[in-house]
Amino acid sequence: MTQNFGSKRTVVGAHYGLRDWLAQRITAVLMAIFTVALVVQVLLPGPMGYARWSGIFGHQWMKMLTFVTIIALLYHVWVGMRDVIMDYVKPVGIKLVLQVGVIVWLVGCAGWAIQVLWRL
Amino acid sequence: MSETTTKQRPGTMRLIDAVGQSMPPAAWVSILHRFSGIIMFLLLPFIIWVFDRSLESDLGYQYIADVFAGGIGPVRGWFFKLVALALIWSYLHHFIAGVRHLWMDATHSVSKEFGRVSALVTLGLSIVLTLALGYKLFF
Repeated sequence: MTQNFGSKRTVVGAHYGLRDWLAQRITAVLMAIFTVALVVQVLLPGPMGYARWSGIFGHQWMKMLTFVTIIALLYHVWVGMRDVIMDYVKPVGIKLVLQVGVIVWLVGCAGWAIQVLWRL
Repeated sequence: MSETTTKQRPGTMRLIDAVGQSMPPAAWVSILHRFSGIIMFLLLPFIIWVFDRSLESDLGYQYIADVFAGGIGPVRGWFFKLVALALIWSYLHHFIAGVRHLWMDATHSVSKEFGRVSALVTLGLSIVLTLALGYKLFF
């Protein structure tokens, strides 16, 4: 068996990157569903105001969909920003700081958004 | 290896390099897909803040409406509308370019012709919808 651990770990080849490639697509589809659901509800006839706006996010099914969207967005943005950082930042130290920064930032933003959602 | 003079490879294309080249529409769609993603990432706190205040209470909702109308302090309302417009374009382009990706994945449409036509549709549709929504936003 080839050694595939530590410094000899294979980082190119089959299945590598497949998970994130697929995750981008799946999270995109989930967010598209949310977008359609939101746009349809916003475009329904009648004036828009706080009552209607908060009413949209008051339904439990919409809260669930929004929550799924927030988590999907978290992963989608992470893969996207990680790719951007990987392409343009070569020094490993700076790359690590930026990537950790992005994750921490995104997790914080997700928490904030979830807090907003479940206040209702 | 022969002793030919090899041109120095340009390396990774930076965002700033992209605009200096003569690029086919598919190349524009691609780099703008990345660029629009970055814009939305940077404006994420703004999005969540609007989400937060507008859902907080009737007063919060009104506050957000006022921000887009009258602004906050020295920052005028139209500036916030411009930011919203940038977000609208970013989301539309990113979404449509993303759907283009999904279409190519599902139907294996990898011909140059499809690439060109779908790229033009992406650019055109996102700009047209941005203008339409922008009109609603400003007027």
